[in-house]
Amino acid sequence: MNGMSRKILRLLPLMALMAVLTGCKLSVLHPSGDVAMQQRDLIVASTVLMLIIVVPVILLTLYFAWRYRASNTKAKYDPEWYHSTGLEVIIWTAPLVIIVALGALTWVSTHLLDPYRPLARIDASRPVPEGMAPVEVDVVALDWKWLFIYPQQGFATVNELAVPVDVPIQFRLSSSSVMNTLSIPEMAGMVYAMPGMVTRLHAVMNKPGDYLGFSANYSGAGFSDMHFNMRAMPQADFDRWVAETKAGQGGSQGNLGREEYLALAKPSIKDAPRRFASVDPGLFNAIADQCVEPGRMCMSEMARLDARGGIGPVAAINTATRRVYAGGVARREGVGHESDRTYVLDFCTPSRPTGLLTETSEAGPVLALAPAPLTGTPE
Amino acid sequence: MFSNPDFWTSVFGRLSFESLPIHEPILVATFAAVALGGLALLGAVTYFRLWGYLWKEWFTSVDHKKIGIMYVILAVVMLLRGFADALMMRTQQAIAFDNPGFLPPHHYDQVFTAHGVIMIFFVAMPLVTGLMNLVVPLQIGARDVSFPFLNNFSFWMTTAGAIIVMMSLFIGEFAMTGWLAFPPLSDITNSPGVGVDYYIWALQVAGVGTTLSGVNLIATIVKMRAPGMTMMKLPIFTWTALCSNILIVASFPVLGATLALLSLDRYVGTNFFTAGLGGNAMMYVNLIWIWGHPEVYILILPAFGVFSEITSTFCGKRLFGYTSMVYATVVITILAYLVWLHHFFTMGSGASVNSFFGITTMIISIPTGAKIFNWMFTMFRGRIRYEVPMLWVVGFMPTFVIGGMTGVMLAVPPADFQFHNTLFLVAHFHNVIIGGVLFGMLAGINYWFPKAFGYVLDPFWGKLSFWFWLVGFWVAFGPLYVLGLMGVTRRLNHFEDGSLQIYFLIAAFGAVLIACGIACFLIQLVVSFLRREQLRDVTGDPWDGRTLEWSTSSPPPPYNFAFTPVIHDHDAWYDMKKRGFKMPLSGFQPIHMPKNTGTGVILSILSTGFAFGMIWYMWWLAAGSFALIVLGAIIHTFNYHRDYWIPADEVARTEQARSVAVAGD
Repeated sequence: MNGMSRKILRLLPLMALMAVLTGCKLSVLHPSGDVAMQQRDLIVASTVLMLIIVVPVILLTLYFAWRYRASNTKAKYDPEWYHSTGLEVIIWTAPLVIIVALGALTWVSTHLLDPYRPLARIDASRPVPEGMAPVEVDVVALDWKWLFIYPQQGFATVNELAVPVDVPIQFRLSSSSVMNTLSIPEMAGMVYAMPGMVTRLHAVMNKPGDYLGFSANYSGAGFSDMHFNMRAMPQADFDRWVAETKAGQGGSQGNLGREEYLALAKPSIKDAPRRFASVDPGLFNAIADQCVEPGRMCMSEMARLDARGGIGPVAAINTATRRVYAGGVARREGVGHESDRTYVLDFCTPSRPTGLLTETSEAGPVLALAPAPLTGTPE
Repeated sequence: MFSNPDFWTSVFGRLSFESLPIHEPILVATFAAVALGGLALLGAVTYFRLWGYLWKEWFTSVDHKKIGIMYVILAVVMLLRGFADALMMRTQQAIAFDNPGFLPPHHYDQVFTAHGVIMIFFVAMPLVTGLMNLVVPLQIGARDVSFPFLNNFSFWMTTAGAIIVMMSLFIGEFAMTGWLAFPPLSDITNSPGVGVDYYIWALQVAGVGTTLSGVNLIATIVKMRAPGMTMMKLPIFTWTALCSNILIVASFPVLGATLALLSLDRYVGTNFFTAGLGGNAMMYVNLIWIWGHPEVYILILPAFGVFSEITSTFCGKRLFGYTSMVYATVVITILAYLVWLHHFFTMGSGASVNSFFGITTMIISIPTGAKIFNWMFTMFRGRIRYEVPMLWVVGFMPTFVIGGMTGVMLAVPPADFQFHNTLFLVAHFHNVIIGGVLFGMLAGINYWFPKAFGYVLDPFWGKLSFWFWLVGFWVAFGPLYVLGLMGVTRRLNHFEDGSLQIYFLIAAFGAVLIACGIACFLIQLVVSFLRREQLRDVTGDPWDGRTLEWSTSSPPPPYNFAFTPVIHDHDAWYDMKKRGFKMPLSGFQPIHMPKNTGTGVILSILSTGFAFGMIWYMWWLAAGSFALIVLGAIIHTFNYHRDYWIPADEVARTEQARSVAVAGD
């Protein structure tokens, strides 16, 4: 595959020329992160593979269409010629060969570029050094802004993402209400952020700079403004930025706890970037487990109870209705609307007076979510 | 539900004066235009005393040809609505740079949702079903479909669905969720209005029609072929119709069930798709695409059939590789069910799952490629007459090949992480749906129009329409491919990056060219009607056709064939002509025919009432309409006057008249 991609890389100047000629920023074809770079190579490789068959087909079609026009009586006309085993074999095998090649390429690249797979290299020439831990970022799509939680450093930002260059980044994604995708074409494309689920993305940035990040899945009225700036910076700058943010400098302030999160999650459009100097360490898991509100039963606990056969008739009364401010579609009055929502209440026990999430161990909150939504039953 | 039982809500449910969009000038103007146009039309129908004619000859007709024509009329009318939405979107995206444009999200989000829903369900589907209805019984030498009343009922249910969508324009609002209405966005918390309910009930009502019409056409093709027409002598369009209808019958119930689950979530508070109470929205995404992917093959397979018939006719040659064409169609039918996950590679499935669905998707390109080669080698050593239908074929082939290529690019999962939801994707599916399905249907309309009406369509306006469509398509969607490579996502209402504007301006210009294409098509219909005496075809076979539909008169008599033809070879009519076929002049028998019935119209009106009641929470209306639907269906089963005989001498007179006309030509 390497040899092939190198051959294909030789074609890239041509494509670059095209891009310059048209004067546009084909970010998918000129990315700044290694994953997107490999995706680009794959796009080019698959296109070239298909052009092998597509170009002759188009040319032959047009040639036949012109050559056998009725006015051209010199061309051979054979109304009874409608079968040729040899040709039939060719027309089935030619695409088959291409697809076998493309299928192999697909199988390998899909596994290598699986967003769940920790990175093995920083770029084409550098493997990830032994012992280099990825930067973790937990991403929450809100109506209509992005929350980035840095669990290792213990702070959070809104509509502003900063990452060090040449260090693997490990994203965990979830959403407060509806589906969005975290899309950064320059880095690695996109992965969905969905409520009640956690998806993952591993990526790396190789060039410092400012890049556009946005939601690429329509999520309601404020969707078009749901973008943010991603700053990729050298490690030292990143460390300084982290230290500043945690120290409450540079406009960062306060703690992002559950109450603050619930206020933040209310629908709003065009939120200015914001930083919180600290963050509740259990917040992301609570968001993903749909139990930020105090006293609300977590999905994982509910699933666990259901797996044991449920709790019987008690379940019917163990609920509460709350008035919430919801986003989603646009209303004429504004961007959000009031709505009643039913919750299942958590059970409290003497050891957990407000429910499951307060149960912690030394390592942090005891709550693990299954990573993949398709296999999404929490353990 | 009944928490506020005052008089108004118990009668009108959620409906109030605020539901009328009187503060949206665009909608008020549209309403005025539609109302005036509608009144003018109704007035004209009344003035020319056409109500009785329309009711007796068309609305209640169980004749498959008339039903097919009505489907196509419905599709053309809805095309105007769907295309108006497209023009609004293109205009909004072309001007909304650092300004909000002229459509606020509340309106814009409805526009793109309605555009998708209307174009797929009420333009592409009725075009496909209409052509199948018109042509399939004629191609297999049958006198009608297996269940003529069901056919009429299916048509009216589809129309009822279209009417429900149109009502949302002026009463309330339409869904603001995108054309597949993914929860959680479409659940009751995030979409509390009537929009999603309009969506659900429009599709449920139309879905009944589509499913039943699928059952009907399968039964027709399997049971009503003329003697001698074995499956491997079936005209290729009928083969593709068969496969398409098998897909309909197997997949539309999935759509119905999925929407039913969503309705339960919305109406009675279940939690199938609600995160946090044990449901999972991804179930909906899986289910809807298990319907949604076969749906695109439902649309494209009959288009492939149309292209095959036209290529063979205008090349004056039997279709190259008929057998491999049939197998390719069947293989696509089966594979259509094994690819749905490629619509959401980016939702976190594992690498093995993604590669499986990526590779199955690519495999579909093999039989599709074989089809392209078959058309190519049909042209090889042919003698191609460039009538309008053949132009569409030659325009389709390169366009579709490129659309297929970008489709395979999207099928490579890591590439899809870049392309998903971008304008590249939008360009791709318009490339195959316009370049494949719509080109096919317009080719088919030009091809079979003389069969339906007895005169050919004016070629000048037809060619103009073709060139506007072809060029317009590339001008409109070429820039979207480029924008996709720039990472620009779909469904955006406004932009900040001014460098993108030029592409949207070009795309908007392309949309204007397509509008000219549509206008030329409508002018073509009018001009051809006015010039119908010059364009008249009395032979019933204006293109030197090869399949059975060209053996009967144009338009065919109600009974299609005075004598059921006997088939010896492929391209039965070509074979008959080669053997020196003479029109029979004597020995006519009385013909047994189904009788018209108004039940379909009545049931569809009641279904519209039921849907309206459900949408607006007018429970009395919903319950009452539903009870009447059941009652009406039961009463109809006691209707024993559902057939009649055309006497032999009337058949003789009709056939005699045709012989005279042909001889006089």
